[in-house]
Amino acid sequence: MVWFWVCVLAISVLLYVLLDGFDLGVGILFGLTRDESKRSGMMAAVAPVWDGNETWLVVAGVVLWGAFPVVYATLFSAFYLPLLLMLAGLILRGVAFEFRYKAERMRPVWDLGFAGGSLVAAFIQGLMVGALVEGLPIANGHYTGGEFGWFSPFALICAVGLCLGYTLLGACWLVRKCEGELRESAYRLIPYLSIALLIFLIVVFGYALAENLRVIGRWLERPYLFVFPVIGALAAIVLAVSVRQRRDDLPFYMVSLIFVAAFGTLAISFWPYMIPFSITVEEAAAPHSSLAFMFWGEGLFVFPLMLVYAVVNYTVFRGKVGASSGHYE
Amino acid sequence: MEVTALLLSRLQFAFTISFHIIFPSFSIGLAAWLTILEALHLATGRPAYRVVFEFWLKIFGVAFGMGVVSGIVMAFQFGTNWEVLARMAGPIQGVLLSYETFTAFFLEASFFGILLFGRSRVPPWFYLFSTAMVALGTTLSAFWIMANNSWMQAPVGYVTENGAFVPTDWGKIIFSPVLWVRFPHMLLASYITGAFCVAATGAWYLLRGKFPAEAHIMLRMGLFLAAILVPIQIFFGHLNGDYIHNLQPTKFAAIEARWHDEQPAGEVLIAIPDAKTATNYFEIKIPVLGSLIGSMSLDSKEVGLTDFPRRDWPPVLIPFFSFRIMVGCGLVMLFLAWVGSYLSVRERLERNRLLLWAIFLSWPLPFIAILTGWFTAEVGRQPWTVYGVLRTVQALTPFLTTRDAAISLVVFCAVYTLIFAFGAHYIHRLLRTGPVGRLAEPAVGAVPNRPMSVVDEPLPANPHHAAPGE
Repeated sequence: MVWFWVCVLAISVLLYVLLDGFDLGVGILFGLTRDESKRSGMMAAVAPVWDGNETWLVVAGVVLWGAFPVVYATLFSAFYLPLLLMLAGLILRGVAFEFRYKAERMRPVWDLGFAGGSLVAAFIQGLMVGALVEGLPIANGHYTGGEFGWFSPFALICAVGLCLGYTLLGACWLVRKCEGELRESAYRLIPYLSIALLIFLIVVFGYALAENLRVIGRWLERPYLFVFPVIGALAAIVLAVSVRQRRDDLPFYMVSLIFVAAFGTLAISFWPYMIPFSITVEEAAAPHSSLAFMFWGEGLFVFPLMLVYAVVNYTVFRGKVGASSGHYE
Repeated sequence: MEVTALLLSRLQFAFTISFHIIFPSFSIGLAAWLTILEALHLATGRPAYRVVFEFWLKIFGVAFGMGVVSGIVMAFQFGTNWEVLARMAGPIQGVLLSYETFTAFFLEASFFGILLFGRSRVPPWFYLFSTAMVALGTTLSAFWIMANNSWMQAPVGYVTENGAFVPTDWGKIIFSPVLWVRFPHMLLASYITGAFCVAATGAWYLLRGKFPAEAHIMLRMGLFLAAILVPIQIFFGHLNGDYIHNLQPTKFAAIEARWHDEQPAGEVLIAIPDAKTATNYFEIKIPVLGSLIGSMSLDSKEVGLTDFPRRDWPPVLIPFFSFRIMVGCGLVMLFLAWVGSYLSVRERLERNRLLLWAIFLSWPLPFIAILTGWFTAEVGRQPWTVYGVLRTVQALTPFLTTRDAAISLVVFCAVYTLIFAFGAHYIHRLLRTGPVGRLAEPAVGAVPNRPMSVVDEPLPANPHHAAPGE
């Protein structure tokens, strides 16, 4: 039962990172251009799906609370200010989708809300991942770090890294969904973003070695973990080739694969810890009676239906959107 | 009062949840109303029902969307500000709320999509079925929320193990008698909200001499529904009073502003209660009525707050006044619904501009009643978060600083006010435009889980405002 809910949680988080990742990335790219036709094209490329993407965050949140209440309570209270900023960012960018086209004088405000909200949300998510990897100050299952216990240079590097990663994912999504100048400019960005991401990975690895983070020890203990970086490297090669050959569909899947590899690396190097090196999955799990009650309704029936629905939704909206077309096309 | 992280967290929760509840209560009522309309349309074939249906569907879409956006914060807030509660009650509350999310998503994902975009793609009976499923979905969503809150009001079916509430009997939690009087009370409140908003809109159009056919349907149906539902609601309100009387004596005494035991007990109609001296100023009191209301007898002894240690007292002012405002709103609505229905049957309502004005202006009443009802329930539960088990002061995140709590309160107030202002403006514009035109034809990009996109019509004044390259 615990296993089942670990899987549900992992799938939800991974889906969230991949799906909201690309639309946050598009939001960041949106802030980098002033060209209105590109901006509308970007909006149109994510408008039909962003809301469904964010659903996975809420799903992950409530599954975490119901199935692993200790982790929910510890992490959410530890990340008080970051979560506040992230929520404000997500809400602002969410309403910007709705209000941007209805406003005239206010439009610059919503544009700023869209780009800024996306950037803030991505930055904070990276910050939190970084803080987790480095290890939060936790004693006896309670957070002890105070207001800024999550803050560290390492967390900052990871925040920048995730912004880069999401932006890369966003650029690949634009390549896949758009045509014309927007597609071309996204293609031109991909090599720069990829190289920046590579530099980031080297810096993170170097930092982890230098600081002798516990996670490094994990990798040495579990050499099979290196299968993930290998997958990531192969994906990067295919990415380079597909960009060179302008194969619109491939880059997005390759970057997704890199994300999956990174996610797998982290998840398995932390196992069996849920909050690295202080709270294990078993310690965090809710009592069997709770997990079983969740399983026989939402777990067994609704969750699979949600996955099916997500697939159907993306199938319905497959194909290109017009680069200069208006809203919702 | 000293400004502490506790006070600020309570304010933040009260603000965000009050803001949030406005939209679901509206959309639950509207979903039921849409089902009735669609059934009537199918039965009679009158096109006016269809026009009214599509008009309210747009408003439902916006209210639903606002509810979703404002609800996201709820899923996080328990963990950020109420760490101890989240940790202890997660095995019960987290599970109930996860059911809420999954149920809501399921509704959003499937049937709502058909409602918005499937009229021409499914047979009429299936369209009606989908409407009913959306109504069922909003109802189930409300059920899980009420299950969660009712467990906090009257915890059952659990044991405390290793500092956590471990569920031992889900049957007791799901079929708790407290839940089954509170859930209908909330549901009826939502239906009445829908009915009054619809009737008020109808009255508004009649006063402006617009859309007479549609306005007639809205006004009559809204009033008739309210005329039937408000008395039932008052009955369920009484049942709620009974559970409070039996299980939460301190809340009951606070609502009644009863400080000392009385036998037989009087009923304070209005007063200014003062907790310091445990007395009421400017009291107007009816003898014996308190016993009658509390225990249905003429000579029962009713307990006062001074029977309990002061540290277990809830604040008295808020439950006392908010309860009276709620009841007052209920009585005004009962009056309007009955008189309005009577005149409507007599075909005299539409000439009675005074009453039309009164009905039009009454639209805030159900919202005020819902909010004050919740204030009574939640403030009256204090000083407990889980009644009798976990105090609010203990439920708070222990290391939360006053500064952090102040920052988050300000940010949430600002963000919510901003989106509320736009959402309200938007609903107002839809209402003002009235039941004209068709549902925006589904663009390829419009999806079920983007309810607001369906009403994405260009501004009439400037149809080219979204032109590319502008």
